[in-house]
Amino acid sequence: MAVKDIEQVGLDTYKFGFHDDIQPVYTSPKGLSEDVVREISRQKDEPAWMLDFRLEALRQFERKSMPTWGADLSRIDFDDIHYYIRPQDRQARSWDDVPEDIKSTFDKLGIPEAERKFLAGVGAQYDSEVVYHSIRDDLEEQGVIFLDMDSGLREHEDIVRDYFGTVIPNGDNKFAALNSAVWSGGSFVYVPEGVRVDIPLQAYFRINAENMGQFERTLIIVEPGAYVHYVEGCTAPVYATDSLHSAVVEIIVKEGGRCRYTTIQNWSTDVFNLVTKRAVAYRDATMEWVDGNLGSKVTMKYPAVYLMEPGAHGEVLSIAFAGEDQHQDAGAKMVHAAPDTSSLITSKSISRKGGRTAYRGYVQVMPEAERCRSNVECDALLIDDRSRSDTYPYMDIEESDVAIQHEATVSKVSDQQLFYLMSRGLTQEQAMAMVVSGFIEPIVKELPMEYAVEMNRLIELQMEGSIG
Amino acid sequence: MTATNGQTTLSIRDLHVSVEDAEILRGVTLDVPAGEVHALMGPNGSGKSTLANALMGHPAYDVTAGQVHFKGRDVLDLETDERARLGMFLAFQYPAEIPGVRVASFLRLALNARRESEISVMAFRRLLLEKMQMLRMDPKFASRYLNEGFSGGEKKRNEILQLAVLEPELAILDETDSGLDIDALRIVADGVNRLRGSDLGVLVITHYQRLLNYIEPDRVHVLIDGRVVESGGKELAERLEAEGYERYGAATTSEDA
Ligand SMILES: Nc1ncnc2c1ncn2[C@@H]1O[C@H](COP(=O)(O)OP(=O)(O)OP(=O)(O)O)[C@@H](O)[C@H]1O
Ligand SMILES: [Mg+2]
Repeated sequence: MAVKDIEQVGLDTYKFGFHDDIQPVYTSPKGLSEDVVREISRQKDEPAWMLDFRLEALRQFERKSMPTWGADLSRIDFDDIHYYIRPQDRQARSWDDVPEDIKSTFDKLGIPEAERKFLAGVGAQYDSEVVYHSIRDDLEEQGVIFLDMDSGLREHEDIVRDYFGTVIPNGDNKFAALNSAVWSGGSFVYVPEGVRVDIPLQAYFRINAENMGQFERTLIIVEPGAYVHYVEGCTAPVYATDSLHSAVVEIIVKEGGRCRYTTIQNWSTDVFNLVTKRAVAYRDATMEWVDGNLGSKVTMKYPAVYLMEPGAHGEVLSIAFAGEDQHQDAGAKMVHAAPDTSSLITSKSISRKGGRTAYRGYVQVMPEAERCRSNVECDALLIDDRSRSDTYPYMDIEESDVAIQHEATVSKVSDQQLFYLMSRGLTQEQAMAMVVSGFIEPIVKELPMEYAVEMNRLIELQMEGSIG
Repeated sequence: MTATNGQTTLSIRDLHVSVEDAEILRGVTLDVPAGEVHALMGPNGSGKSTLANALMGHPAYDVTAGQVHFKGRDVLDLETDERARLGMFLAFQYPAEIPGVRVASFLRLALNARRESEISVMAFRRLLLEKMQMLRMDPKFASRYLNEGFSGGEKKRNEILQLAVLEPELAILDETDSGLDIDALRIVADGVNRLRGSDLGVLVITHYQRLLNYIEPDRVHVLIDGRVVESGGKELAERLEAEGYERYGAATTSEDA
């Protein structure tokens, strides 16, 4: 089945690289200034506290220096970016109400179909604004809120104000500050106590415009004993110039709650993807980040879990795939701030055609956080000799009664493996894709079936033309 | 060059093969006609696996001279996968481990690679279960990762499972018997015998007469220092079992490449 998909698609290039000619109703002039920030806030008709939050963030952004570690960000030209593009005036609740040209984009990406088949709710963001949003009625009746962040702020200002910017302060890092200044769109999810959302909520992020900066902002609150699985997917057209995607995701998981956040990031290879994701987990709560990074030119992303109370558990499962001219600097951060907390980091990276991956991890155990357990396993697979993989595992352990494990491997696809598979009739590309899919299998098997299929298909597309 | 259907399945002429500039095969000539079972015996390091690997087109094995034809086609300029799709199969002496890839999903892809139209998932599952039953394999193996953590004997049985599912026209069995317990040996031999009599040509590489008691060879060839030094009927294997290779002055590595 898998192989036929490749043939059906018949592409050796980025499948989502098309763009559509949309006339946005508003495009901010290129460059960042107080005027731009004020105009965004004015158009959204925001409360004053949010404007203040934005303006303070802008000052933080200007003060902060660029990160000097990680990937090369020198090509980002902050003056050459549109910070806000509003594609249409109103948000639709039904796909029929989405303007035809925008809808056709999402049709091509298979979103409405996926919604019908296996999702509890869908949000679709196009450039700066969420153009479509829906949630299953029964969930809404149970009090589950799934809105775009702007509507969330309008309709539930009291909740938003309590949590917004509490997990990731507006000056956390340069790109979080940038997002805090110009954020638009993203998701607001609230799951009331004891409510279990049994199938995923999905948000879909699409950059369509050239020289666009997308700065969505997501806030998820999981009340005690509740459960939600949130999935995001991302694509963009291929342009000759660069785009910037800089999201902030804040998650609060309360006592005994569980949240799983899955990302399948497949930006085109001219997108700088610089994302700050962080969760706090309280007593006996579980937070899981499942992070697949296949696209983008540069990704710097280290989902974090702060384990605040005993029994909290954090996990990061990440896959990074770097091809030609790609640099995936991904990892995880676990902060054990209470005794009897546990964390698990599993990272798998694949580099080919001169691509570069890095695992950058940080595990911190605070004083008196006794009996913490942390397990880090990062494996890198190199497809050829030109590619590169690095591991930067930082540990800061201030308590002696802990169990910390770290394991790192770097392997190559061996000639023996390829020969074996090819001797059964698989082409070299099929054989290579098979070894790669086996390599990431421990993570892919954690995904819901539809996403596992999608992930394997994307890997196969990535592997096309990868030989020689 | 006589064969059941008058056509030689595998024909090797004066094959010279080097590994890392050392000549290992120094002019091998051998035919395996369709429907026949041939045994290839010889001391350790004489080049048996080298021949098997070279026939399948392993990139590390450099063919410096000679020809190989299979079903009348010159296969030396074919890629490994093309040879496989033409009907050649090698049961490895040391099968590679492929972590994370399940036996069933791998085999389905391999089977589809050589079929015109794709086999349905259900039909494949039935076929696989049937073959596993024939080889008395626990169905659980279908969902294990390919060769990972398999015992020596399980790996060998898994090779024969692939043979049974893929139904090639030429099977090269490289020491499939070593590592098998007596019951497994009989099961594997039964499996091969069941496929016999069709057009399947078999080249059995082995050190032991025991396997040949179950799979009776039509011909036996002795490989010493990269050359076939003697060929004969099944009694040749019995003699080797009794006398060893001493009469060929063998087990010395050649310096005269
Ligand atoms: N990939 C390789 N690299 C280096 N040397 C090799 C390689 N493959 C084979 N050789 C050498 O070629 C010679 C023949 O090896 P081969 O594996 O063909 O022997 P064999 O007849 O199969 O032996 P055995 O009965 O032990 O399996 C040996 O000296 C071996 O070391
Ligand atoms: Mg051998």
